[in-house]
Amino acid sequence: MNAAIIIGVVASSIMSGTSLLYATLGEIVGERSGVVNLGLEGIMLIGASTGFAATAVTGNAYLGVAAAAFSGAAVNMIFAYLVVGRGANQLATGLTLMFFCFGLSAMTGRPFVGTLITGLPRLPLFGLGSGGAAARLLSYDLLVYLAAPVALTVWWLLYRTRWGLALRTTGESPAVAFAAGLRPERLRYQALVLAGLLGGIAGAHISVALTLTWAEGMTAGRGFIAIALVIFAKWDPLWAIAGALLFGGAEGLQLQLQAAGAEVSPFIMNMLPYLLTLLVLVVWGWSRRTAAPAALGRSFVGVE
Amino acid sequence: MQRDGATAWHLASAQAKAFALAALVAITVFALLLAAAGKDPLRAYADTLVYVFGNAYGFSELLVRMTPLVFTAVAVALPARIGLINVGGEGQLYMGACLATAGALALPDQPAFVLLPLLVMLGFIGGGLWALVPGVLRALHLVNETISTLLLNYVAPLIVSYLIFGPWRDPQSSFYPQSPAFADAARLPSFLQSRVHAGLLLALACLALYWFVTARTRFGLDMRAIGGNPEAARRLGIPVLGYILAVMFAAGGIAGLAGMAEVTAIQGRLVSELSPGYGFVGFLVSWLARTTAGGILAMAFLFAVISSVGDILQITQGLPFAVVNILMAVILFIVLGRQPARSTGR
Repeated sequence: MNAAIIIGVVASSIMSGTSLLYATLGEIVGERSGVVNLGLEGIMLIGASTGFAATAVTGNAYLGVAAAAFSGAAVNMIFAYLVVGRGANQLATGLTLMFFCFGLSAMTGRPFVGTLITGLPRLPLFGLGSGGAAARLLSYDLLVYLAAPVALTVWWLLYRTRWGLALRTTGESPAVAFAAGLRPERLRYQALVLAGLLGGIAGAHISVALTLTWAEGMTAGRGFIAIALVIFAKWDPLWAIAGALLFGGAEGLQLQLQAAGAEVSPFIMNMLPYLLTLLVLVVWGWSRRTAAPAALGRSFVGVE
Repeated sequence: MQRDGATAWHLASAQAKAFALAALVAITVFALLLAAAGKDPLRAYADTLVYVFGNAYGFSELLVRMTPLVFTAVAVALPARIGLINVGGEGQLYMGACLATAGALALPDQPAFVLLPLLVMLGFIGGGLWALVPGVLRALHLVNETISTLLLNYVAPLIVSYLIFGPWRDPQSSFYPQSPAFADAARLPSFLQSRVHAGLLLALACLALYWFVTARTRFGLDMRAIGGNPEAARRLGIPVLGYILAVMFAAGGIAGLAGMAEVTAIQGRLVSELSPGYGFVGFLVSWLARTTAGGILAMAFLFAVISSVGDILQITQGLPFAVVNILMAVILFIVLGRQPARSTGR
């Protein structure tokens, strides 16, 4: 491998990892409140299509990202109402949300198939000009630079604020939280709003910064990989950074090897991220120590 | 006995009424959404009704579309009986198609009475083995089967693409990647100049067998015990591990039959676009049917009708087929909201 390929791998790992990190952080917040949301894949799709459409219409990618975050939170409120407000089964509702968003994003994205957009502008570090390997390695868009600080902020919110403590209590035992005078249902709604915002941003980063196109179902299972990453990260936002880089790396390596004309079928290479995810889950399952919130997946039915 | 029948009938009709209401609300919501997008929902609905009920061919196409849904719904319902969530029908369908294709391409000269049973078996084994991976991981308490079946859904179509772009590529179709056409003996027979094929009978047989096993045998009773409380079932001496493996294999196999039927009856070769999400729709069908055999039959038919709305929207109003997912999902949203988890004891 020569230097150009290595730089390419690092740069595209960071780009692919960013979207995974936002998605994983969103899911962590939700799961910490005791709600597992398999609809993340759908929220990302909505973020990708809305972000792309808004960018195409307004010509401003930042507005696109904002629209994506808003729409991600909005569709997640359907899920939140059903699982928190109505006590519906979380897994089935999440999958249905994924299905719903797949259709909705196909519809809203249709007029924008093949549209050209100007993506999120790259902001080179240290005032590097364009061109050259150093510039490729050190110039990313704003969402990349914000990813790690957002992870830190989520960590701070969860572990260093009163709200985070209340949220984690709800995730461990809504009944205890309720008895302590907290409001588990409201906390879960708040967590899911935040999860939707982050999921929408994650989707937007793919369409507005990475591919600069919209295609039906373009997130291709990254939402499910992010859900697996939550387990990998042991529900800790800081570990999520490492996980996102690792999985972004798998994707980046695969893209760069293809670009370099490796002798392996692209279809085999495309399997890498999914198989790596499964492998990591197996290894983690082996260690048997679970850090999952105790009340994950259960609905809270008020005073019990 | 008669009284039980009467109660069951009342229950079923109450459920049917509740469901009809949910469907009506969903159809209205979807119409409003289409109208907001500048489309004409009433014309789409009318076109669909004319298309599917207006002539015999349209109706036969409903049966064609219903066939894979019955398979994939049973593939979800069977594991659900022991508390497993199999969301991997899509991948299992592709792998069933894959192995059936391997058989059809390897044995081009066999007569149909040898080849067809073999292809059915291969389709079953292909899907079954694919589902056995999550089954083993679950049985060993390593990975939750929901997430592993979901992930494998993205791998199986890549295997199919690899094969038809590589080793199995038809040399005679240079620009469109697909496998060579199967020999006539490897084609499942169709009926009455329509595309309705023997796969429908196979699907109904699977459904009947599913009903029989779950409702009338000791295995069904064991499965109910495991679904209720796996730990208690284990202490009673029920081989829970064995059930997990057997049920996942059988479920994957049944989904694999859907793929086998698609390649041997409809396509006549392996192609990359085998399924517009049959595996996922099967999940919705099974959930709405609450895993009952009769419910699966009714819901598979209904979702075949709804899929036709997607076709119509695609053909006459230039919308992607996937848009119809919205309609399917909204029905399930309403049902999920009406029947909270607490009432079903989950």
